[in-house]
Amino acid sequence: MSSTSRITHADNIGKSHLVMKFPRFTKRWEFVLLVILLAICFFNASVSPYFLNLHNIFDSTQNFSEKAMLVLSMTLIIILGDIDLSVASIIALCGTVVGWLALNGAGTPVLVAASLVVGTVAGIINGGIIVWFQVPAIVVTIGTMSLFRGIAYIVLGDQAFTSFPDDFSDLGQGYLGGLIPYEFIVYVVLAILFAVFLHRTIFGRTIFAMGNNAQAALYSGIKVNAIRFWLFSVNGAMAGLAGVLFTSRVGAVRPNMAYGWELEVVAAVVLGGVNIMGGSGTVPGVVLSVLVFGMLSFGLGLLNVPGILMTIITGCLLIATIAVPIIAKRLSAYRF
Amino acid sequence: MQRLLQRREYQLAAIIVLVVGLITLRAPVFLSMGSIDTIVTDGAILTMMALVQMLAILTRGIDLSVSANMALTGMVAALVSKSHPEMAASTAILLSLGLGLLLGAINGVMIAYVGIPPIVVTLGTMSIYRGMVFQASGGAWVNAHQMGSAFIEFPTLRFLGLTSIVWIAAVLLVAGYLFFNHFRKGRELYALGSNPAAARYVGINSTHNQMLVYTLIGLVSGLCGFLWVARYAVAYTEIALGFELQTVAACVIGGVSMAGGRGTVLGCLLGSAFLVIIFNALPIINVSPFWQMAISGAVILLAVVLNSRSERTRTKLILKSAQLVAAGRAS
Repeated sequence: MSSTSRITHADNIGKSHLVMKFPRFTKRWEFVLLVILLAICFFNASVSPYFLNLHNIFDSTQNFSEKAMLVLSMTLIIILGDIDLSVASIIALCGTVVGWLALNGAGTPVLVAASLVVGTVAGIINGGIIVWFQVPAIVVTIGTMSLFRGIAYIVLGDQAFTSFPDDFSDLGQGYLGGLIPYEFIVYVVLAILFAVFLHRTIFGRTIFAMGNNAQAALYSGIKVNAIRFWLFSVNGAMAGLAGVLFTSRVGAVRPNMAYGWELEVVAAVVLGGVNIMGGSGTVPGVVLSVLVFGMLSFGLGLLNVPGILMTIITGCLLIATIAVPIIAKRLSAYRF
Repeated sequence: MQRLLQRREYQLAAIIVLVVGLITLRAPVFLSMGSIDTIVTDGAILTMMALVQMLAILTRGIDLSVSANMALTGMVAALVSKSHPEMAASTAILLSLGLGLLLGAINGVMIAYVGIPPIVVTLGTMSIYRGMVFQASGGAWVNAHQMGSAFIEFPTLRFLGLTSIVWIAAVLLVAGYLFFNHFRKGRELYALGSNPAAARYVGINSTHNQMLVYTLIGLVSGLCGFLWVARYAVAYTEIALGFELQTVAACVIGGVSMAGGRGTVLGCLLGSAFLVIIFNALPIINVSPFWQMAISGAVILLAVVLNSRSERTRTKLILKSAQLVAAGRAS
């Protein structure tokens, strides 16, 4: 697209139009994210002597690994043109089931399996209602968001589950070789799987096709409803996985666990260059955006900045990410 | 189509009567004057907020920042009242309206003029405004004894037996009814929501209308923020947390279509009434308030499914499944 174009389609917001005369790869959103990430790391290292420490950096990944897993499957859902606001509530539901089973003497493998099953079932409920009744995902998941967390509240009230098997805490708190958290390894493996799946398989291409034009995709013989259904189920399964890891790491289940995560996850996906209207986005982009968020909050933590300030920054980043390319594009259209 | 819509609202009204009847059989105290007074006053804020949320949903948008807007304006009003306890209630209202308007206008500029999808903008401003409540208050609470007496007493002032909150809501509902049904601007919003392309061809300016929508939402959110803080006589960072979803729920239950272009003031009122009645009835029939969340979730899902039935018969289908795909996608 020429730079003189005045058309400001939202479908180009994933790409930066700030840089005009640099090599092509510098125009990619992922490159911008990488620069931001390096800038944040440089800033962190210059203000705190504790940042450039391999132990600390790997430790900090634990604070966002679970969210990062949700970001991966949410990326597929948003590329599809849908949204799932119920993921954080699925975590609370899975945590409640895990806590209840642990209280009744279940072992760690059973707990993991139960969480995955509950998460998947929750995802199937979402996908089932969306596909069967053909209703917008946003309303359905606003409903299940209340329903799933509501079940956790019914079971727990103002109580908490805190007793777990001895080896359960290893899942979320253990390290490989005393350095790399298991959670981070799980995340890296999943990120690679999702990247290959989305960018190197036919199934992945159909997701983009549906996100760009669901009707055309249907006419080309893509099983539109089946794919939507499966992606919501996968999203539920990922929430189940994140739920059991989070429970293991924190060692307590309360009904308000992971409150508000759905919005942080969506923000990370959008910052990663995925078009909120669907149809474009990359896995490397969202991985980088998760790292940007993670390193930013780690750095602010080192500086003793209150956590709520992070929410202001998250909000500003979210809006600026989309607004800056649009405004820059309009300005450049006027100049030439 | 009009008849279908009417029927949906009659159905909802019938369900509400049925629910109230069942609850009253179990606990007659539910229909006492004191109980009704509480329900009406509690429901007034939700009804007003659902009404303005409908503005956004009608035009295929959504405003997730309403509760954060309420919290911020409420907190600022409370802080001003703390430092100037002698402040008149009218000053506090003007202040809240102004601040709410400003916060809404920020949303409006980003959505209408920059062209960012409403869900992204309001998701972002939701975090920003909520964070600013903490920044403004330093995380501290403002309690009843710190606020001025005129400030706290305003929402419970009574006129003809009803609290001032209820009167304000009633005036807003009437104004909303007139606006949506008898004003050109109101009809333009329906047109924009039903078919944005066609609306554009007949000369409806979507930029101006969107700006109007989100500014109005901000204005009413500001007012409700003040009313909320004054009524409960306490301000803290988490006021009205998650309330934005209740406003959306009230709209959905009231038959406002998330696909845009369909919804009525009566539907909003009934949807809000339904939620408030259920919430207030739980403690009376000895159900733990912890059931509130799950019940509202289940009700939303039920309403969504029922709405999808009535919406589906609306258009002639050429290729059935293709039409369904289009209807099912998020706006």
